[in-house]
Amino acid sequence: MSKNKTAGYKGPYGYQKRREGDGRSCVRYKCGLTNTIQDVLRQRPGWMEVKDDGEWDFNWCDVGWLRENFDHSYMEEHVRICHFRNHYELTRKNLMVKNLKRYRKTLEREAGRIEASKCDFFPRTFELPSEYHLFVEEFKRSPGSTWIMKPVARSQGKGIFLFQKLKDIMDWKKDGSRSEEQRDETQVESYVAQRYIENPYLISGRKFDLRVYVLVTSYIPLKAWLYRDGFARFSSTRFSLTSIDDQYVHLTNVAVQKTAPDYDPEKGCKWQMQQLRRYLTARHGTETIEALFKDVDNIFVRSLQSVQKVIINDKHCFELYGYDILLDQDLKPWLIEVNASPSLTASSKEDYDMKCCLLEDTLHIVDMEGRLTGREKRVGGYDLMWNDGPVYREDINLETLGSACFTANTHLGCVNDRKKQLRQLLKPFPGKKRI
Amino acid sequence: MMDEGTELSLTIAQIVQRLKATHLHSQIERQAKECLHRPEIQLESLKEDVRNFLKASGWERKLQNAVYRELHVQPLPSHHAAPPEHAKEPLAYMRKAQVNWEKRILKSLNSMCTELGVPLARKRPAVEQKELANKWNEMGTDEPDLSRFRPVYAPKDFLEVLISLRNPNHDSSEEASAKSHWGLIQVPLHDRDIPQMREAYSELSLTTGQLGIDDHTHVPPDLFESEHIRIGKKVVNEQDSAAAQQYSRQGCPTGLRADLWALILNSTNEPEDVMHYEQLKAGVIHHDLLVDNLIYKDVKLTASNDDYYFVFEDFLYQVLLCFSRDTAVLEHFGYNSATPPKSYIQGKVGVEEFAVVYPPNGVIPFHGFSMYVAPLCFLYNEPSKLYSVFREMYVRYFFRLHSVSSSTSGIVSLCLQFERLLQTHLPQLFYHLREIGAQPLRIAFKWMVRAFSGYLSTDQLLLLWDRILGYDSLEIVAVLAAAVFAFRAENLMEVTSLTSAEAVLADLSTLKVMPLIQIFLFATVI
Repeated sequence: MSKNKTAGYKGPYGYQKRREGDGRSCVRYKCGLTNTIQDVLRQRPGWMEVKDDGEWDFNWCDVGWLRENFDHSYMEEHVRICHFRNHYELTRKNLMVKNLKRYRKTLEREAGRIEASKCDFFPRTFELPSEYHLFVEEFKRSPGSTWIMKPVARSQGKGIFLFQKLKDIMDWKKDGSRSEEQRDETQVESYVAQRYIENPYLISGRKFDLRVYVLVTSYIPLKAWLYRDGFARFSSTRFSLTSIDDQYVHLTNVAVQKTAPDYDPEKGCKWQMQQLRRYLTARHGTETIEALFKDVDNIFVRSLQSVQKVIINDKHCFELYGYDILLDQDLKPWLIEVNASPSLTASSKEDYDMKCCLLEDTLHIVDMEGRLTGREKRVGGYDLMWNDGPVYREDINLETLGSACFTANTHLGCVNDRKKQLRQLLKPFPGKKRI
Repeated sequence: MMDEGTELSLTIAQIVQRLKATHLHSQIERQAKECLHRPEIQLESLKEDVRNFLKASGWERKLQNAVYRELHVQPLPSHHAAPPEHAKEPLAYMRKAQVNWEKRILKSLNSMCTELGVPLARKRPAVEQKELANKWNEMGTDEPDLSRFRPVYAPKDFLEVLISLRNPNHDSSEEASAKSHWGLIQVPLHDRDIPQMREAYSELSLTTGQLGIDDHTHVPPDLFESEHIRIGKKVVNEQDSAAAQQYSRQGCPTGLRADLWALILNSTNEPEDVMHYEQLKAGVIHHDLLVDNLIYKDVKLTASNDDYYFVFEDFLYQVLLCFSRDTAVLEHFGYNSATPPKSYIQGKVGVEEFAVVYPPNGVIPFHGFSMYVAPLCFLYNEPSKLYSVFREMYVRYFFRLHSVSSSTSGIVSLCLQFERLLQTHLPQLFYHLREIGAQPLRIAFKWMVRAFSGYLSTDQLLLLWDRILGYDSLEIVAVLAAAVFAFRAENLMEVTSLTSAEAVLADLSTLKVMPLIQIFLFATVI
């Protein structure tokens, strides 16, 4: 570790404090959202909410606030905020695609075709209207294919539709099928046209996508954590390409599903990640599914690497991303989207509990209280996935260095015994007795 | 009593008789004929060579598995003079109770039929047939008006029947003492105590590795899990039913479970099985049965509302509707105390030539029936394979959970076993619950009738069913029920009413079954 580490207080397990005066026993926080995160912040010992213009040490803001205030705020060294200034490089569909394409090209030039092909996890995508001609070329090359049109900056499934004929976009361009709100906008909205995955993996005839949580605490060097829990969101109706107008079939966002005519809130169109992983393992065997999850890890790492040089790195920033992944029938995972503000509203008690744990562990890693050493590979439900290089489960030392079998330190969909792990890892909050 | 030699030859004769009628027999015959062309078959040692060939090509193993299956499913011949009904159920009073219960069910079904003016069976018009054929993979999208249909019975109705069972030869007045049975079941069936179970379930002991315990995160996999998986793969490769059954006692790895269960049940997915399923499907499309509505209603009420199983709704219809029409299921009534209900063509009541079994498989579904199928959807994706496994599980185990019989795997024995275990090892708890009007069986009954399906989380349920298959008995279900009460004993001692007792035991989804069973069987102080 670094030389200027103070050899000060060693906790009960021999952990050293990172730096003197870094841990805070009282944290003033600001929170712009009114859902699960509010509850988690409120219940954290020693954390107090500040109102209006009070000074804060921690800010869980929405992207709107960030856009308006970030550039005008001075933040002391210890202050933390939950977004990176230009996160949209990763989360806006057109920018993400641009960055990925660029990264892929660089990779091909520097490391060859095979290495570059590891970036082929996003479907062919074109930004409209700027890449319209490239898109038409590709469209004509694959007759009969289905494409999906998505507005660049919107969420919760709004404004998305499918099409199979160019004629459909022509009509759409002429304001034919656009909703009121779209017509009122004075700006020309950017869209992306993306090749629709026509052979999604179905469970009992239903399409689903995966929501996975990745926490990034630094881009340079890249440090990313992967949360073990997550969920699979099912479409409430059976999948079929014959009814591409039925957005309830194709869009698996819970927000859209909630408005579907046969949506039953009691039903809960979600499976926990553990459930899904078990189901897939029972159907396809352990090795196949381990390989699948390895491919999923690859998506996270590569997508983050692609924006590494573009994102304005700031030690005050951390960000919790919600990744949307789709599996196809060949068990290949595809990246659909990355969300900088994944929904924290809970759809059921189970969901609420999961999100509380997710947010608690996020705050543990941000570590305003200075309880971590910085050498942890696991904190609660989070496993350290990338730390300026791949992180392995096995400890690498002189003896193991020669061995070829290192396994990645990720456990998506595996058992999450976070309470136990946290008890062993963390010192109690200042002023609180260990339970 | 017959001597062992006669008994054995009788059994062999019976099995040979049964296997002669099967597809396997014709397959082996054909294989034997075809192998005559092979160079290694010599005329001088014909019999030996053919035998060796069948062994080497895996056909002997298939035959072994088939014989093994017959041994499991068919009861041993008791006495050559015993009437066939003894194979169904040896005790007369149990038979009588079952007959009365069936009369009630049938009456309920017939009156619903009359009340609603819906025929028991009806041929579908061509248009409707076509529609159903198109919608076969998404029958769940249908929203028929089921409000008028009621389930024919619910488990609690059946419980009342069991509670009223009495052995006319048993004078219970003699036993009015502290030793008398505190529970609801008042028939003197044989039950096992914990020392006997420790011997019977020795593979579940504290010193033997288990899936569900020793595959936990903090246990290094080379201690048990890796080796167990390696052995599992070997068992699957060998295609040995008996080995698979023995193996399953320590749990089946998730990735191998589907194959292992199919092996234990000798459930195949040959072209003939697929064809049989397709025929059943055609039957569903041609005719509409009244029970179909009961099935729809049951699936909508139970599985569709379950977080884990709602996704399999369509599979459940595809399996259960075909199941109702499968006359091959009638075979199991030879050893089931139940008898399939008969219906008569209109106007010909009582005339045997016009009697028809209704539904065709003789099984009237009750509230919660679809939960027998739901967990299997996790393992099998192809409807014909799923169907094949479910049917075998039903005719081996599940039927015993809703018929009155003295079998050790029957629901009556399970209830009695549960109560006796509780009374012997948790007397204070049992007494307390009895005093507050919360007889434990009233709460545990619904778990046992469904073999815990829908009450445990899926992975735990599958670990439990591994052991049902491994030990070829449902007894473990009663042990688990008692173990659950033992686990929540502290909280249960605080409650003061049946409702609060039910609340304590309402949510079993966080329970880990193997530690509970292991502790109850092997760590209880006797």
